[in-house]
Amino acid sequence: MVETFNDLLLGFSVALQPSILVYAFVGCVIGTLVGMMPGLGPLAGISLLLPATFGLNPIIAIVLLAGVYYGAMYGGSTTSILMRIPGEAASVMTCIDGYAMTQNGRAGPALAIAAIGSFIAGTLGVIGLMLLAPTLAAFALRFGPPEYTALLLMGLFILAYMSGGSMLKTLAMAGLGLLIGMIGIDIMSGYTRFSFNIVELGDGVGIVPVAVGLFGVSEILLTAGGATAPDVQRPKLRDLIPSREEFRLSAGPIARGSLLGFLIGIIPGSAHIISSFVSYGIERRISKHPERFGNGAIEGVAGPESANNAAASGAFVPMLALGIPTSPVTAVMIAAIMVHGVLPGPMLIQQQPELFWGFVASMYVGNVVLLILNLPMVGLFVNLLRIPYSYLYPCILCFCILGTYSVANNLIDVWILLAMGAIGYVLRKFRYDLAPVALGLVLAPMIELSLRQSLAMSAGDYGIFLERPIATTMLVLGLIMFLFALKPLVFKGKDWRSTVGLENE
Amino acid sequence: MATGGRKEVVSDPEAEQKRGGLKSDQFSGLMLVALALYVGWENRVYPVGTLQEPGPGYMPLLLVIFLGAMGLLIALWGARSKPLAAMQWPEATRAVVILVACGFAAFALERIGYRLTVIALLVFLLGVLERKRPVPVALVALGFSFASFYVVGDLLHVPLPRSPWGF
Repeated sequence: MVETFNDLLLGFSVALQPSILVYAFVGCVIGTLVGMMPGLGPLAGISLLLPATFGLNPIIAIVLLAGVYYGAMYGGSTTSILMRIPGEAASVMTCIDGYAMTQNGRAGPALAIAAIGSFIAGTLGVIGLMLLAPTLAAFALRFGPPEYTALLLMGLFILAYMSGGSMLKTLAMAGLGLLIGMIGIDIMSGYTRFSFNIVELGDGVGIVPVAVGLFGVSEILLTAGGATAPDVQRPKLRDLIPSREEFRLSAGPIARGSLLGFLIGIIPGSAHIISSFVSYGIERRISKHPERFGNGAIEGVAGPESANNAAASGAFVPMLALGIPTSPVTAVMIAAIMVHGVLPGPMLIQQQPELFWGFVASMYVGNVVLLILNLPMVGLFVNLLRIPYSYLYPCILCFCILGTYSVANNLIDVWILLAMGAIGYVLRKFRYDLAPVALGLVLAPMIELSLRQSLAMSAGDYGIFLERPIATTMLVLGLIMFLFALKPLVFKGKDWRSTVGLENE
Repeated sequence: MATGGRKEVVSDPEAEQKRGGLKSDQFSGLMLVALALYVGWENRVYPVGTLQEPGPGYMPLLLVIFLGAMGLLIALWGARSKPLAAMQWPEATRAVVILVACGFAAFALERIGYRLTVIALLVFLLGVLERKRPVPVALVALGFSFASFYVVGDLLHVPLPRSPWGF
């Protein structure tokens, strides 16, 4: 514990440097604006900002991008509460009671509780990250290729179980992402696969064009031409203070949302989205007055908002400790720090403590910055929402093209972006979850390499996965999750999605 | 994450369910099977190798089988989904126009430079597609193009393509 405290002090000595504070602030502001814009979620925001971080040092780059991630989570709640427009998918549940509170003239307290809940959950999430990541990293030093293969497969099985929609569709999308990840040179044999004689595809398909295309461009294609600038309430500072009763009602949901969000954040998938759905479902279920939900229950704002922010912190645990992304956002962040020659994984905490602890400390700082930024300046930020969407989306589209091209100055990435936008549009019309595609793309080379290394170690004997206790445990856990996911398909029963209302989304 | 505002035709879900023909999940599942077959066909040129030494075609083959199986299961379980004919695509025409415009922009980007490409794309999207008035269109197109080039190209030192005329 003393060692952790000393490490954290080291982190604060890094994070409180003026240059890093400035970038944390800039990241939070950009993130808040990005989160408020329909069509630009945290993923698209981070992807678009990625090229701008190439010239920065790795600590500043990761602090800036983490600020965007956090900021986007905060920003998404503002549009949900004031306009019933979720700036990003995790804020969908906040729309229900947040907007109802706005209609009841309680927009200010809803915004304040969302910000306070996000702050508390974010801070608790960082404490969790701080305590769990080093332990997990130390444990992961025992991992060889079979354990990594088992871990990645377990991740995919859990992804299927925890997915927001159909389990089969989620698995199919993970398979599609893994197949896209096969494009390019096979590092073990030197063969160039599925490149269709396009030289640039030899390096494979990058995460940025795929992520921005699937999430940014497809959203624009679905929504362009659909909306005019709505009326926006601008709450005054004095209207923001919640009543004592509202504070009392929010305390439990914030605590439960924080714990739940952090735990869900660690596992693969669209954790921040799922956590907000699950939190809302739980709060409605345990409430003494469930009929208030949907009509402006503050618990319906406090729980989901806390959960999605805690999940954002939780997602950094496997990313930093194991080097494995559990969401498209962390996948892009891994790409961002690898550009600087930093390899996330078990050795990161030992070899570059100032980077890890500086990042952890910057998350505390980021949470404070966002609380200060969001409450008093909410009136200023909502001005962005007055811009008609017909003016906004062409500019967002240009940003998508600009950001994607800038990553490698490669035109093929822009074509991939457009193709992914079209594919994402069609898949969303058919109700497919797109996060597993991005996740599969990033995990593909890791799974292939570790599987082939494992088979080489065992002379082709798949029994190696059953001979090593850690690998066996992870595979069995994954398999149990998979069987649970199959249950409603086989027995026509209800699963957890229907109990929290996810099936209808 | 829909921004709303567009009126959707509300229909009776039960009546829709009883409609004959291919269902949406059956169609999408079969499309995934077709994709798996195509990739499997393309994969035939890469050696699969042996269990001891898997080749470059080994993992893609496993994935193709997996994707095909999932596609088939989606199609088989898809009988309760919405009929394909009942799916609404009110935004499809606009989406295709936007994609084609972006395609032209991608084609032009390295030929006429970033700024001219963005001006042309914004003028088309705002002026032609959204039918905005010429003055705001010109202001947004010129302002966005030059401001973004200044921030990304000049301040952040990201090399952006210039036109043959050096701008």
